[in-house]
Amino acid sequence: MVTTITSFGRSGLYDWLLQRISAVVLAAYSVFMVIYLLMHPNLDFFQWHELFAMTSVRIFSLMALLSLGAHSWIGLWSVSTDYIKPFAFRFVFQMVIGVLMFIYTVWGVQLLWGL
Amino acid sequence: MLTVSVYRYHPELDEKPYMQDFQVDTGGKDLMVLDVLNLLKVQDSGLAYRRSCREGVCGSDGMNINGTNGLACITPLSACVKNNKLILRPLPALPVIRDLVIDMDQFYKQYEKVKPFLLNDTPAPAIERLQSPEEREKLDGLYECILCACCSTACPSFWWNPDKFIGPSGLLQAYRFLADSRDTATEERLADLDDPFSVFRCHGIMNCVTVCPKGLNPTKAIGHIRNMLLTRAT
Repeated sequence: MVTTITSFGRSGLYDWLLQRISAVVLAAYSVFMVIYLLMHPNLDFFQWHELFAMTSVRIFSLMALLSLGAHSWIGLWSVSTDYIKPFAFRFVFQMVIGVLMFIYTVWGVQLLWGL
Repeated sequence: MLTVSVYRYHPELDEKPYMQDFQVDTGGKDLMVLDVLNLLKVQDSGLAYRRSCREGVCGSDGMNINGTNGLACITPLSACVKNNKLILRPLPALPVIRDLVIDMDQFYKQYEKVKPFLLNDTPAPAIERLQSPEEREKLDGLYECILCACCSTACPSFWWNPDKFIGPSGLLQAYRFLADSRDTATEERLADLDDPFSVFRCHGIMNCVTVCPKGLNPTKAIGHIRNMLLTRAT
């Protein structure tokens, strides 16, 4: 058993499962967006506004946003433990990524829900 | 004449490793790579490499042959030589002791971690612990591993974290004991594997499957371990 305290869920299984589930959510959201854009070739602000006024789209978007944050954090944490060997650089990189993910997530929620 | 380029390094004589070219007369025969090494040994008795059974059973002569890990004794020249040139290097990722001989300490430490022996806390029967043919069949494709290290040293995840990631060889053995009906330590074994490195650093690129000289499938065994961990935790 290898002890880690900076990984997302501190369990290999938890991170692995979350990585897969978030990937499915992101894939579904991407497909949804591509289909929507193809169906609205002359998309204007009002149509776009109408789309994001729907609670279901807001929930789906929030789910995709949280998935993106978790997926990126787990992936980049993994990359940092592979390639950044000096402890100080690795720790700073992991903290910067964690803070950035938090900022983007809160900012995204603010935009989505018009807070 | 076959051109053989060999990785040379003698820590007491050489500042850094270098490649040395030899010309070898194979007599037009499709020799095994180990036979070629034995011919090189006649030219230069200082050349160091491991070998023992010379028939793919002991796992001593694992090395990097024209860019792919394999056993020198069961790799024919016809399967690896390109443009009449054979390039031999030690297995990657582990420290070189001399020429093609590597220090496998880190590899064995990972093997040791998975407790590669039966754990059973029930009273021992008078003769032996029996298995049904179906239970025994589950060990096929697992017990045949000869610990040559070709798979683990072909795995980038093992290259980057050889002290934390158990590696395909160790994980194949971990599943060999998880799948054994005579072992009762499944819970403890699984608890020891549930961290972000031991099992989950495998990204399924299947280099291990490509190079295994025994035709085993460590990636599949790792998948079974993941499923067991998932079943246990949900």
